[in-house]
Amino acid sequence: MKIRNSILTFLAVAALGYFLWWASLNLDRYMLRIINLIAINAILGLSLNLIYGMAGMFSLGHAGFMAVGAYVSALLIITSDQKVKMWILEPIAPWLMNLHTSFVVSLILAGLAAAFVGWLISLPVLRLGGDYLGIATLGFSEIIRILIVNLTPITNGSLGLKGIPAHTDLWMSYGCLLVALFFMIRLMKSNFGNVLRAVRDDEIAARTMGIDTFRVRVLAFTLGCFGGGVGGALMGNLITTIDPKMFMITQTYSLLMIVVVGGLGSITGSILGSVLVTTMLEWLRFVENPINFGSIQIPGIPGMRMVIFSVLLIAIIIFRREGIMGTREFSWNWFFRKGGVGR
Amino acid sequence: MSASAEQNRSLNFDDALLEIKNVTLRFGGLTAVSELSMKVPRGSIVGLIGPNGAGKTTVFNVVTGFYKPTDGIVEFDGKKLTGLKPHKVCEAGLARTFQNIRLFYNETVLENVMIGAYVRQKGAWWQNIIPFTFPGAAKEEKDIESASLNLLARLGLDSQADAVSSSLPYGAQRRLEIARALATRPKFLLLDEPAAGMNPQESQELLEFIRRLRDEFDLTILLIEHDMKVVMGVCEYIWVLDRGALIAEGSPEVIKASPKVIEAYLGKEGLVAGASEEAANA
Amino acid sequence: MSLNMFIQNFFNALGLGALYGLIAVGYTMVYGILRLINFAHGDIFMLGAYFVFFATIQFKLPWGVGVVIAIIGATVVGLLVDRIAYRPLRAAPRISALISAIGVSFFLENLAVVVFTGMPRAVIQPDWLVSPIKMSEEVSLIPLALIVPFVSFALIGALLWIVYKTKPGLAMRSISHDIETTRLMGVSVDRIIALTFALGSALAALAGIMWALRYPRVEPFMGIFPGFKAFIAAVFGGIGSIPGAMIGGLTLGFVEIMSIAFFPNMSGYKDAFAFILLIVILLVKPTGLMGERMEEKI
Repeated sequence: MKIRNSILTFLAVAALGYFLWWASLNLDRYMLRIINLIAINAILGLSLNLIYGMAGMFSLGHAGFMAVGAYVSALLIITSDQKVKMWILEPIAPWLMNLHTSFVVSLILAGLAAAFVGWLISLPVLRLGGDYLGIATLGFSEIIRILIVNLTPITNGSLGLKGIPAHTDLWMSYGCLLVALFFMIRLMKSNFGNVLRAVRDDEIAARTMGIDTFRVRVLAFTLGCFGGGVGGALMGNLITTIDPKMFMITQTYSLLMIVVVGGLGSITGSILGSVLVTTMLEWLRFVENPINFGSIQIPGIPGMRMVIFSVLLIAIIIFRREGIMGTREFSWNWFFRKGGVGR
Repeated sequence: MSASAEQNRSLNFDDALLEIKNVTLRFGGLTAVSELSMKVPRGSIVGLIGPNGAGKTTVFNVVTGFYKPTDGIVEFDGKKLTGLKPHKVCEAGLARTFQNIRLFYNETVLENVMIGAYVRQKGAWWQNIIPFTFPGAAKEEKDIESASLNLLARLGLDSQADAVSSSLPYGAQRRLEIARALATRPKFLLLDEPAAGMNPQESQELLEFIRRLRDEFDLTILLIEHDMKVVMGVCEYIWVLDRGALIAEGSPEVIKASPKVIEAYLGKEGLVAGASEEAANA
Repeated sequence: MSLNMFIQNFFNALGLGALYGLIAVGYTMVYGILRLINFAHGDIFMLGAYFVFFATIQFKLPWGVGVVIAIIGATVVGLLVDRIAYRPLRAAPRISALISAIGVSFFLENLAVVVFTGMPRAVIQPDWLVSPIKMSEEVSLIPLALIVPFVSFALIGALLWIVYKTKPGLAMRSISHDIETTRLMGVSVDRIIALTFALGSALAALAGIMWALRYPRVEPFMGIFPGFKAFIAAVFGGIGSIPGAMIGGLTLGFVEIMSIAFFPNMSGYKDAFAFILLIVILLVKPTGLMGERMEEKI
């Protein structure tokens, strides 16, 4: 059984590899971008799910941690020539001028920077519970954004950063996703994973069982922020342009949608949620573009995409609160036990 | 104290595992516990009783670190417990159950027990995520799993190890909560109304079960209970609380005979019975 | 700072704070009863401003009529939001309702983009509201600066009267203490909750109208930041307390205006003050200035 499952997992990864190889040769840039986005959103969804679904902390700050990651990575890989040209409002901070690392190092540093900021924030904020936590993390995410707008020598202010080398390709984004998945599954399968869920489900009972719930929460939050930072960095290197407006609360909302649609606390759910939400958001662009029926032209309606998106979010939370997967997970055993419900 | 200790030669109050010294707890103007002192001898099974709202569970919450007493201290094995956070209290060797069962309902029976064992787990969380590098941590986790299964077997829950805990019948949930508490390897167990919701047959079995727990796991047990049969049947020493204050203590025989207890506790039932008789006559 | 500047700033802060307070009471009432952060409240405020804009500037209706239309419109939207997005989730975990509230807020903002377009529109201020009146040699004020705080305080007074002197108000207070017991007493809980949303929405609409007159423009996302800040004001004052919401709003108004008045180069960080205030108050006194302590039962 165990050997069979390992072989199947290996085959699945190989199939994914083949698909990526095929896609990179045959699909146009737009499609490739969407496929990349699916992986990045899955990483971001997983990291938010770790904070919210697994450890039960309602955080609305993910956009802020993404911003930290995206800026750290971009600043480390943009060349000094580019930097000179880009900072027009105020000169760039001298120490930043010649800072340069490889992309992979910048990804890790992006994650670490976001994790560090998240850790700092978590110390005061995680003493709060429930929806206060949500509004406080949202506040911090806004403060991060305001800092980015105002610290022009470091961030180029509201102009943002342009011409980031497009390092994110399919191999990079899906490689990162597989690494994230691997560690996430191992984390949730270990006894510490049980402890995380225990803290989420009944804090008082968990404390009685000798669990330092505050420490566990800080840890889960910091790990989630690490994922947020890496995801933000990948995103920046995919789109090649970042500015503070990209990391508004709307960004957090779409991640929240991914996690809720997939199922809070389900790793599988976050992957499915990312596929669905990412493709849907792209597909919905058609309502904002003019449509031609022969000679009749229907003008596009700006904003309609997000109207439909938000209606779907409300409908899911009212009619199917547990999302697609609930807290269940995909497993090969479940796959072969047709119709059975796996846990 | 000396008079009652006389009657319980088997109990050695000089060797107290838990000692509550002059504990007072006030919420605003309300005094929930006032100047309570208790000495629980090592290896004993003792009870804390009193009418509803007497402050029994509050005493548990003070001992386990959820409330900080306004005054007085709690000592465990000669060390000060007051001021420790609940998880530190558990680390020190006290475990408890709750009046209304608090299991981790989304987890399986086995996972519930493994969560209890986490407090004694030495390997760091990240050692179990990185493969092949930390065989010690991996082995420890395997050992925790088999020890937890073993514990479940001793409490007769092994056949349901993979069931989600919320699917267990009520009695089994109570036993699971105790199993989870035992997984933290306590020296002292606090049981909050273990017989609640049980029929006479089940509570009779509970008496045996509690004694077995004490002997097999080398425990000292303090329990809160309303079922007088259970209390009188298993407890070697009893404290009676009324409106936060201690009104009597002693062996079951002493408590049964105490007029104060009858007035505060049993007398109430007499009053109720009288009232319903009047109602029937009217 | 000259006396004139100080007076200007003072009334500026008083007006801004009063508006925050007016929005904040909507948050505080709903949170007090349902323990729900009604994220959509800031967008009701936006809709109020839009309604009055369309009524008076597009359809050339008199201001008085426009105000009535805006109040009715916003109240209806508030009631619909409660009925459609919140009521089905009363028995659900609190976080579900919160996500629903986020969805509603997002919906209203983008619906406004669809219906009104994303372009900011200028609001034409009636002359008599903005022609300065000389108070003394060096100080002159526009009537609007005095009217906004005056109207806001009057409205809060009226709300306090409703909550503390009328029967529905009694039911509201009772629900916020114990919703189940109140239901058993025969109070139609859903209707009282609807009334709460209606009152909150009407006040938000009035705040929106005054906001649109002060900063003479409307746009679909204008409700987000005033909304967050008003919620923070409600937390600061002690969530559930109406006077607390007003005190919180005024505090925030003064902190924002005065800190920029004295440290003009901090203006880029203006929007961060409120969030910093929130985090400080939550750490120092989580119940706010006038809030009650809630204990979790173990």
